[in-house]
Amino acid sequence: MKSSFENTLPKLVIAPGFVLGFAFIYGLMVWNGVLSVTASRMLPNYDEFVGLEQYVKLWEMDRWWLALKNLGIFSVLYVGGAMLIGMALAILLDQKIRAEGWLRTIYLYPMALSFIVTGTAWKWMLNPSLGLEKLMHDLGWASFSFDWLVQGETAIYCVVIAGIWQSAGFAMALFLAGLRGIDDSIIKAAQIDGASLPRIYWRIILPILRPVVFSTIMVLSHLSIKSFDLIMALTGGGPGFATDVPATFMYVMSFTRGQIGLGAASATMMLATVAAIVVPYLYSELRSKPHDR
Amino acid sequence: MTAKSLLRGLLYAVLLLAALFFLAPLYVMLVTAFKDAEEIRSGNLLSLPSALNFDAWRAAWGSACTGTDCRGLQPFFMNSVVMVFPAVLISTLWGAVNGYVLSLWKFKGSDVLFGFMLFGVFMPFQVVLLPMSQVLGWLGISSSIGGLIFVHCLAGLAGTTLFFRNYYAAVPKELVNAARIDGAGFWRIFFRIIVPLSTPIVMVTLIWQFTNIWNDFLFGVAFSGADSKPVTVGLNNMVNTSSSVKSYNVDMAAALIAGLPTMLIYVLAGQYFVKGLTAGAVKG
Repeated sequence: MKSSFENTLPKLVIAPGFVLGFAFIYGLMVWNGVLSVTASRMLPNYDEFVGLEQYVKLWEMDRWWLALKNLGIFSVLYVGGAMLIGMALAILLDQKIRAEGWLRTIYLYPMALSFIVTGTAWKWMLNPSLGLEKLMHDLGWASFSFDWLVQGETAIYCVVIAGIWQSAGFAMALFLAGLRGIDDSIIKAAQIDGASLPRIYWRIILPILRPVVFSTIMVLSHLSIKSFDLIMALTGGGPGFATDVPATFMYVMSFTRGQIGLGAASATMMLATVAAIVVPYLYSELRSKPHDR
Repeated sequence: MTAKSLLRGLLYAVLLLAALFFLAPLYVMLVTAFKDAEEIRSGNLLSLPSALNFDAWRAAWGSACTGTDCRGLQPFFMNSVVMVFPAVLISTLWGAVNGYVLSLWKFKGSDVLFGFMLFGVFMPFQVVLLPMSQVLGWLGISSSIGGLIFVHCLAGLAGTTLFFRNYYAAVPKELVNAARIDGAGFWRIFFRIIVPLSTPIVMVTLIWQFTNIWNDFLFGVAFSGADSKPVTVGLNNMVNTSSSVKSYNVDMAAALIAGLPTMLIYVLAGQYFVKGLTAGAVKG
């Protein structure tokens, strides 16, 4: 009797948490899907089923296309930039550097800060008349002009700069951990064979780091799809809709424009994008690692 | 020999330059927060303030206006304090128990359950915003700090479960089996054997959750009411309040105040923060 109780107890203990957790993740996901096929505007309206009308409307909106285009630009440059800088810093830091601990701390601290805080700081630095521009004028470069933040075509690149600043240290930390896990004897052997250092990195170390590179791309790209705070703090989606992304689009439609059905539809599209990236990854991660010891 | 030392010098130069790039915003925030309006106009981003002027800090904390509310950042900061501690503690404890079961009391299907839970770490929270605000309304906790605590506990559950499960996976099963033979039950093993082993992962999870919840903006802006806005929302509203004169010094002081708790934790317990980052990033 006791042993069967002992066997069900663990299940009983985690059941409430899992029920709530699954309700939160999958229940609300489905619920959001339901909202997206209703005519909900200011308030949820479950009586009026409109099928895929909200999705059709969404894909006919120029603003949604612009949000997608911005997300594309942002994601590619942000993920690529943070990876490149992170990788470079990790390789350089791995050369037996004095004060490595200090440098690592400095490179990584932006990750501890809220995007709202750093967005506020970058907004001030990128301010067209007082920020960087004034600094350059004071340094004697009178013709320097930097108004990217207020120009529709360039504002998104300001978001990219601030995003890379925030996340490059994170990529560095992951790569550095990967580099430290590599057996020194492999490198020594290659050196004895006469391979140059760049060649060793390119042909031996990078292939070993492939799983870390892959994880980093995964995490950074899902962060970029979810990015909301940084844009709200830095540009608020503006000027106009110039830095709108799906996350800000969803928020504005749902909470300020009274277009709940449309907001839900855009959230579904975000979910689909993240799922397309993450589900195969999670599946392979969980399969490749036998957890039973 | 000289070529080598030249290369070495170059290496340090690049690393130092990178350090300057990462430190620049912090430096700019600090010097700006100590200037007055006149100094901001006459100086530039990098120029040092002529004196340590705390007016902007005082204003940011206690008298700067957000719309018509001129109580500074203080009420928002306090909301965050009240919100963050229960949310962090509950989600950490909850994750510990989940992780304990999923690694040491595995049952048929528990790995699959965990796999489904893991998606919660990556899910874009936009997808839960609309239904959740209705749920909070039904529970009678919409626009309240209680509601935010509830949402943060649920949103953090997948992550904390992941941390503890991975950590407990390394606990030798023999330890648990021996205890069972001695007659120890589920809870006794947890409190007597597992909890004492957990200090490192508890630290990681506490710091990770604290940082995430303190820095959250999305739930704060979507679910809080006039009296329950967290500090990130307060800061954003304060900075974007349209007024004729922009007080950059007050904005910077406010940003530093809002960032102070997580920065302090990072300085004091950075290694746990880094472990959390890497554990969260690399797999289940």
